[in-house]
Amino acid sequence: MRPIATTRAATGIATGKLAVWWVLASEVVIFGGLLASYVMFRLGHPEWADAAAVTNTYIGAFNTWVLLTSSLTAVLAHQAAEKGDGKRAAMFLYCTIFGALVFLGVKTYEWWYEISHGYTITSNGFWAFYYTAAGLHAFHVIAGAVIMAFVARDAARGRELHRVELIGIYWHFVDIVWIFLFPLLYIAK
Amino acid sequence: MVEPAVDLTHGHPHDDHEHHGPQGWLKYLWSTDHKVIAMQYMFTGMFMAMVGGFMAYVFRMQLAFPGMNVPGFGMVSMGEYNALVTNHGTIMIFWVAMPVLLAAFGNFLIPLMVGTDDMVFPKINRLSFQVFFVSTIVILASLVVEGGGFAGAWTAYPPLSANETYNLTPLGSTLWVIGVGLEFVAFLLGGINFITTLMNSRAPGMRAFDVPLVVWMIVVASILFMLSVGPLLAGAIMLIFDQTIGTGFFNPATGGDPILWQHLFWFFGHPEVYVVLLPAMGVVIEIIATFARKKVFGYRIVIFTVVATGVLSFFVWAHHQFIAGIDPRMANIFTITTLLISVPIAELCFVYIATLYGGSIRLTTPMLWALAFVAEFLIGGVTGIFLGAAGADIYFHDTYFVLAHFHYTFFPIAIIGTYAAFTYWFPKMFGKMMDDRLGKWHFWLTIIPFNMIFIPLFVLGMGGQHRRISNYSGFSELARDGFQDIRVFATVSLLIMLLAQLIFFYNCWKTWRSGPKAGKNPWKANSLEWTTESPPPHGNWHPDEMPVVHRGPYEFSVPGREDDYWPQNEPPRRDS
Repeated sequence: MRPIATTRAATGIATGKLAVWWVLASEVVIFGGLLASYVMFRLGHPEWADAAAVTNTYIGAFNTWVLLTSSLTAVLAHQAAEKGDGKRAAMFLYCTIFGALVFLGVKTYEWWYEISHGYTITSNGFWAFYYTAAGLHAFHVIAGAVIMAFVARDAARGRELHRVELIGIYWHFVDIVWIFLFPLLYIAK
Repeated sequence: MVEPAVDLTHGHPHDDHEHHGPQGWLKYLWSTDHKVIAMQYMFTGMFMAMVGGFMAYVFRMQLAFPGMNVPGFGMVSMGEYNALVTNHGTIMIFWVAMPVLLAAFGNFLIPLMVGTDDMVFPKINRLSFQVFFVSTIVILASLVVEGGGFAGAWTAYPPLSANETYNLTPLGSTLWVIGVGLEFVAFLLGGINFITTLMNSRAPGMRAFDVPLVVWMIVVASILFMLSVGPLLAGAIMLIFDQTIGTGFFNPATGGDPILWQHLFWFFGHPEVYVVLLPAMGVVIEIIATFARKKVFGYRIVIFTVVATGVLSFFVWAHHQFIAGIDPRMANIFTITTLLISVPIAELCFVYIATLYGGSIRLTTPMLWALAFVAEFLIGGVTGIFLGAAGADIYFHDTYFVLAHFHYTFFPIAIIGTYAAFTYWFPKMFGKMMDDRLGKWHFWLTIIPFNMIFIPLFVLGMGGQHRRISNYSGFSELARDGFQDIRVFATVSLLIMLLAQLIFFYNCWKTWRSGPKAGKNPWKANSLEWTTESPPPHGNWHPDEMPVVHRGPYEFSVPGREDDYWPQNEPPRRDS
């Protein structure tokens, strides 16, 4: 049984949505601290551009496209959930999870390529930030995909449809973090 | 509907047929009730306070009587001394001040004071404590692993913390970082609950400015924590990588920078002071208003001041780094912001004194603690001005003056504030009245020795005594007779203070056994927690009798009313 507390909405915003936004606020500063440290170091070390030149911008761009498309299907899932169509919402969420898997697969290939060519996390400062930031982001992709699988399973049975929007908000955040990582780690040479 | 008063162990009659959670003692371990989780945090925090207090006893004994075989510990080697002071600081802040003030009282008070039955996410709340409990085990384990506990000071500056060839504690230092990181995660989970509960689950009729100040302050503190801890979590990941897989985030040889850690640490570390200060300040103003029988002076001013303090607290962090080699122009800026932040805090002290002015003051035990908080914190605040000014700080840095200063802020917060809150809400938490006479003995025997410990340490600090030396007999100018006598004096005062805590535990035990029943509202206060049973049943109020709010929480001594208090949920009289 839900406590009375959970059913109230003094602000007019659903409690779950409010909480997701606060989660994102705390996540923003985690990535913010990491990326601000990276940017400050990058400005002080022009020679890191040589290491950055090794990263494959085309693969990074492809992964950006994959992630943005997975966000699109997350929005379509939300739209279906709004109309009460749980099966359709679940289908789109599974599309998003597929996008996450493609993203992680491409990432695995990239890391395998780079590590096998000797660019490991201990090589220099750039690579330390590269693996730490992309790794932390990938961890969020995995966590998001796992939670999404639970949400999709419920949605397919027509249950807890409001959660489709919540996981969607989180997914957009994961997407936006990548939008910052891609230029900082790949494009800036 | 008349129902018998029931306590937590039996649950409320209404949910006997709805609640199929775990039974018996498992109920305490696996409960999602906010009051049970509050007690879990409280007792874990109290246990850790004993651990931290024992550490203080051991290293103070070593300082007063170098080379002594400390009873209960044995000889203190230099490495052990460093591990003791490091973990004393870590434990007292992250495992005592935060769980007790923020988590225990936040969990207990927020749903009761905003008039709801639980936190909005009870299971996340339980998860928060479980993660915290794991972090407690990790930090305790870090003390006994091979090589000993982490010994690089609670600030964990690299390269000492990042490189095991320097700190000699390969396991202890990594476990320390993991423990602190898990503790942060626990408080992020708890903080989301606190914030959303206040925002969304207030009782019908309760507007933002009808919320008791302590709830406001706990929630502002949670927001500050949430917005400041992220960079340090990122920093903790970097530090663990530096320690375990040999990256060089903080190592200049590979393009890193040890100062980066200092920025990440203090960007969190300074707001953290306000994370623990604000709940204590909130507790104190509740008590002062109740026992001065007077409306809080400038309720909205307090809230705006607290928000201003929170914003400013993000712009003062580098005052911890004046001698770390930062740009002197930056030192100018941070001196100004640091001196600025004393303005809102001074304003709060004035508000508290103005609330007392003209009130009919009752010197109960909680009131004594609250007044002592204002007086002692004032000393901590004023000595902070010396350290906030870069010029004076260069002399005082890393001396006992700094140490005495922050103990004059953290002791009022973590010990005085906690005792104030504990003695004030004890009747509500356990349904019995504590012995006031024993409470006052405990109060005086804690406060006087506290000052006797740390006033001498100010003197030592002004004499130039550096804080990270385990045995001063090796330094002839610091081991002069006068200095050593002061150290012995401080240590003896500490022993008296620690022994005085036995009065508190005896009082708790005696009250538990045979204390008089408290009734719903022993202090005749207004806020909603006093309108339910003591202790409140599961669900806090009967679902059909959830409180409705008609006014703010501080309507004391209202002219024309027979009673000098006016509960928030009492409907206005029709004839008036």
